[in-house]
Amino acid sequence: MDKKKINIEQVKQVAKLARLNLSEAEIAQFSTQMSDILQYVEKLDRLDTANIEPLAHCLPVSNCLREDIVKPSLGTEKTLANAPDSDGQFFIVPKILDEAGGP
Amino acid sequence: MSELDYKIIVGLEIHVQLATRTKMFCGCELVFAAEPNSRVCPVCLGLPGALPVMNRQAVEFAILTASALNCKIAEFTKWDRKSYYYPDLPKNYQISQYDLPVGENGFIEIPIAEGQTKKIRILRVHLEEDAGKNLHGENFSQVDLNRAGTPLMEIVTQPDMNSPQEVSTLAVELQRIVRFLGASEADMQKGHMRFEPNVNVVIKKDGSEFKTPITEIKNLNSFKALEKGTAFEVKRQLNEFLDSGEVAKSGNKKTFGWDDTRGVTVLQREKEEAHDYRYFPDPDLVPVVVNEKWLADIKSGLCELPLAMQKRFTADYSLGDYDAGVLTADKDTALFFDNAVKAGGDAKRICNFITQTGLKIANEKGCRVSELGISPQRLAELAKLLDAGTVSATAAAAIFEKMTQSDEMPQQIAESLNLIQKSDADELKKIVDDVITANQQAVEDAKCDGKKTKKAYGFLMGQVMQKTKGTANPQIVAKIMDERLKSI
Ligand SMILES: [Zn+2]
Repeated sequence: MDKKKINIEQVKQVAKLARLNLSEAEIAQFSTQMSDILQYVEKLDRLDTANIEPLAHCLPVSNCLREDIVKPSLGTEKTLANAPDSDGQFFIVPKILDEAGGP
Repeated sequence: MSELDYKIIVGLEIHVQLATRTKMFCGCELVFAAEPNSRVCPVCLGLPGALPVMNRQAVEFAILTASALNCKIAEFTKWDRKSYYYPDLPKNYQISQYDLPVGENGFIEIPIAEGQTKKIRILRVHLEEDAGKNLHGENFSQVDLNRAGTPLMEIVTQPDMNSPQEVSTLAVELQRIVRFLGASEADMQKGHMRFEPNVNVVIKKDGSEFKTPITEIKNLNSFKALEKGTAFEVKRQLNEFLDSGEVAKSGNKKTFGWDDTRGVTVLQREKEEAHDYRYFPDPDLVPVVVNEKWLADIKSGLCELPLAMQKRFTADYSLGDYDAGVLTADKDTALFFDNAVKAGGDAKRICNFITQTGLKIANEKGCRVSELGISPQRLAELAKLLDAGTVSATAAAAIFEKMTQSDEMPQQIAESLNLIQKSDADELKKIVDDVITANQQAVEDAKCDGKKTKKAYGFLMGQVMQKTKGTANPQIVAKIMDERLKSI
């Protein structure tokens, strides 16, 4: 049984979610490295945070709002300029198979 | 199925597109059916370094709606990233609200039967951005990002609905509410409302209760599809239970897609890890703090809600529930009606003008009844003319139509079109006598109790109306006619 904080299976799962193709050697390497990182960060557990509100943002700023006013968009041509493939109107991507997506 | 004793349980997730002019986090204009990829900028394209800025109007619409749905409004909310890969999501995450939604723990009241309502609890209301649109070709897919970043409000109810009808009623009621508030156009044709019901059934059998696995139905874009899809899923689950006996447990929730053409739900295959969205606070966006003053400002946009108005119309104006429902389907129409009644028009008559003549003309012109050029005051005057018997109901409809093209008062129009009813008894008596003298056979038929009685009577009345060019008050003519026929 893998006793590391981040075991081989977890690395594989995270890689899958991030659409990364990792070799077995890389998986083993990342398992060690990620576990080491977590272990290092664990030092923070020594602090008592029982009465501290979780931080939503590192800046003491809130309510950066803009008015609902139209600004120019890039337009179709510029929008598609960096696309690996397009038909002048749409981005062209490999055929999407029936995997549920969308919000 | 009749041998099964069961209860339907449905909770609903609704995505509502807000009526802002621009997107949630950038100034790209929201235009329906615009040229593909023409309303896209570095922010909604997800280019590195581009920073999102919240649209104040979208935040306020969401808070306004959550208030109308009796939610507790969060004093502090933030934005979270929901990560998943899909070609219509250029950033590879959707900006949403995870643990601190705009509003929580509210309720919506829905009409379930004549005069009766039911409270459905609202779990939460939160804001998020929409994804783009994929079009599936033969060997490739096309992506249009015009929709990417459109502000959506997600409303989640508790599983308090117990029939497919209640589900669609809630959807219709929510549509009325967001339209009354101006928070959304809620145009179904434009995909402004999308529904995802969570359905299961509690079955009582052999003294025990069995809960079928919950299924979520996707791809429901109309009220009809929502109701049919839910009903289909209930039947499917009951059959499945009889077949397999499978009951709900952690991890066996399924997703079905609605196939509108075939009228069936289809199991969608999902990979196990699909729901691992790895939410975390978006470092690009600062939190939203809603203080008392801002909340009060937003809440000043609240108005009498459609159901309350519908109840008032039935209680104060003695309208039927159906008529009151038709009038309150649209806020401007409802206010137009209300103002015409307050200007002195009889409620039932005003209602008839609007629902019978007004909506027809407005539909043809593609506008609202309130936009036909008739003020509530003028409509009230027309109702008074009809009440006084000065014009007939048919004439009143013609005058209504004429009023849409002219600023004249209904009395003037009635006079110029020669539509003032003759109610002068002496004048009408003379005409009735003339008709009787000229049509002896019909008089005989009308007097004897036979097959021809009704027809002959109608013929005589018709003759009088013809001679007066339709301007005689039919009630008075009938009275005179009856007296004359009796005395012959
Ligand atoms: Zn944009």
